[in-house]
Amino acid sequence: MIRGYAGKFLDIDLSTQAIKETKFSDEILQDYIGGRGLATKILWDRLGARWETVDPIGPENLLLLLTGPLTGFYPGARTCVSGKSPQSNGVVGSTLSGEFGVELRCAGYDGIIVAGESEKPVYLFLKDSDVELRSANDVWGKDGKQTVSALTKECRGLLKARYPKYGEWKEPAMLYVGPAGENKVRTAIVCSKWAHAAGYGGYGAVMGSKKLKAVVAKGTGPLPEVADIKKVKKLIETVCDNVYDGELWRRWGTGGGGYHFGNKTSSEPIRNWQEEWHDEKGYGVDKFENRLWMKPYWGDFGCPTTCLKLAVVKNGKFKGAITDNPDYEMQAYLGPNLGIFTPEENVFLASLLDDLGLCGIQTGNVMGFAAELFQEKILTKKDLEGLELKWGDAEAFATLAERIAYRENIGDTLAEGTYRAALKIGKQKKMDLLPYAVQSKGISIGAHGIRSGQDFPEIISYACSVQCGDHTSMASLPLDGGGEISTIFNDSGVFCMFNSFGVPRRIRFDFYKAVTGLDLTQKEWCFTKALRILQLQRTMLLLGGPDLKWNPKTDDDNPPRFYEPLPTGPYKGKAADKVEVEEYKHRYYKAVGWDKNGIPTAKILRKLGLRDVEEALDRISYD
Amino acid sequence: MPTKKEPIWIARDLAKCSGCRKCEIACSLSHENRIWPDASRIRVFMLVPGLEFPHLCAQCEDYPCVASCPTKALSISDKTGAVLVDNEACIACGQCIDACPGSVPHMHPREKRIVICDLCNGNPQCVKVCQQGSWNVLRVVERGDEPYRLYSRKPEEITKDLAVKIYGEAGGEYL
Repeated sequence: MIRGYAGKFLDIDLSTQAIKETKFSDEILQDYIGGRGLATKILWDRLGARWETVDPIGPENLLLLLTGPLTGFYPGARTCVSGKSPQSNGVVGSTLSGEFGVELRCAGYDGIIVAGESEKPVYLFLKDSDVELRSANDVWGKDGKQTVSALTKECRGLLKARYPKYGEWKEPAMLYVGPAGENKVRTAIVCSKWAHAAGYGGYGAVMGSKKLKAVVAKGTGPLPEVADIKKVKKLIETVCDNVYDGELWRRWGTGGGGYHFGNKTSSEPIRNWQEEWHDEKGYGVDKFENRLWMKPYWGDFGCPTTCLKLAVVKNGKFKGAITDNPDYEMQAYLGPNLGIFTPEENVFLASLLDDLGLCGIQTGNVMGFAAELFQEKILTKKDLEGLELKWGDAEAFATLAERIAYRENIGDTLAEGTYRAALKIGKQKKMDLLPYAVQSKGISIGAHGIRSGQDFPEIISYACSVQCGDHTSMASLPLDGGGEISTIFNDSGVFCMFNSFGVPRRIRFDFYKAVTGLDLTQKEWCFTKALRILQLQRTMLLLGGPDLKWNPKTDDDNPPRFYEPLPTGPYKGKAADKVEVEEYKHRYYKAVGWDKNGIPTAKILRKLGLRDVEEALDRISYD
Repeated sequence: MPTKKEPIWIARDLAKCSGCRKCEIACSLSHENRIWPDASRIRVFMLVPGLEFPHLCAQCEDYPCVASCPTKALSISDKTGAVLVDNEACIACGQCIDACPGSVPHMHPREKRIVICDLCNGNPQCVKVCQQGSWNVLRVVERGDEPYRLYSRKPEEITKDLAVKIYGEAGGEYL
């Protein structure tokens, strides 16, 4: 067996309530590592043959909660959530931080595969190899904070009763969904610790559709045995020393972004991306820091950066709101994107969306979309059931977020996410509303625009990514640079990419070797293993279905808004250039082995040993 | 870190804890040669998110745990002031847990013995990593004549206090 793995996975069918254990061969683990890579392989093997017919929010889909061999070792532990995405109908490896992955590995499991659909609400509780499904009737319908309180109390109580002589039990770790997940909202998150979210992909809806409210894990064993513990200790120090040199990154995290990306790089979504520049000094990081951050450093297992900050509103109308930072994505999407430039209002909305179990990026995007339609008088007060969706009105957006989470009136349409909502409302209004939808293949764009050319995404980053609008998985060339191919390693080893900034890239492979005992080079990773994972993700994305399918000719593109010139700021007039995008896109296709239609070629699939994928491609055709 | 005159004590500023749990990693690597949070002698509790804090022995002035041990498995280090466990003599009866005002000791998850902070023979590894990261929640000080026992509190009680400080009047409802 390869070192660094617990060696087994839980394989659960909620329809029959059967709990089994499963293993994967060394070959599969070597090729697909864990997390995102392994998720892609599991989904392909189990659902690939009928991918187009699998409803992401139906019992056929799988919910995958996976760790990787580096989880808990590489500083900054995360867990990867995956399945068929209710947003893109493809596969997204959506990672979130917290102790869950560590508890799971200490319990003896590398991951959990959940199939089927429970008749009644349940949660999964595991203490080492004692695994049980328990009634979640008491917490179904509860918000995030209530769920965490109730299940922490219940599960610690169980541990205390079962092991009375152990002493004080630390709280188990937990992944859960809020009301939005229960209501199968496509912008719902899988959440941990009140404010951490696996957002991209919409896996809260998958978990909710299975009536799985939470997974609670307590592992009392050590992390798996590694090949070279001395080397692991040394590498942990190397990564930490690098991080400790970066004072402002530690001090601000991404919480400095709300002003920075608006003011400096002109790439922040403002009023649904109508603008990307602002000079609202009242939204500066100092305001968040001085007024709201009760903990200047807040982090998760093993993290030297602790880039999160505990934001608490203690006074005024929004007293009692609590969230992390908010990080830049939340600052942008639940701030300027809604015309809001007040830190307290931003924390209030972020806290509310955490509680409801909604993704701040996807939901902030669809709310901005709705507000622009209101601005343009396409959506009326009547359409919005009396709600006046004016830019900057935090309480109006709070009401809208609640309607989305509970799928009430217009919220039911917006709960489908920006792309699907644009199609539906467009049909009702007999208009093409896609020009207002700032998304790519069903996934709303992260809060980093491309028009100014000053931020990190490139002009094809969203258009060609297999995770679409996901700003953490960016298509770019060269393939062995810092783009999507590189990200797949973080998401498959399952650790936080924020602790890899400035660390020489080979350190990740040194880490992999010290943990697993296996050699892996940058070249082998980029041009074989990661490329294989990429082809599988691409194939499932193109197979799509059942409600939507993508055509690369039209859908491997930026949202129309990115071709409109920036109206304000130092980069006024700049926009993405269609000719340049097309040219870069085709260079990218060539580099990853896709034909002119964006479909993986037989040549690359054979080279990577993916013959079964080749057959499936016959199911994709474009006129 | 300048060496402090022994015996020592670990001063703690719980509200500053980032929840990074590097103390658990350092402790278990040092004592078990594994990363093993539940075998760590210092454990970070998070009964409420945002209210993380390290829970570890406070070396009470009267050492009630030592007095409670029926097999004399516990003793006090002359050098550091730490409570030392004789693993051979310990019968895992748990009486020291009940005697501890903060229920700090806990069972080793795989072996029949109690786990208590031994101050790493004067060079606590948890303090080292906490200082390296400049969180400064933990700091080694010289042990004098202070009411150290006040710092031996049960996790719930500490959480309640931190909730008041960090979340204000609404804090208690999350526990």
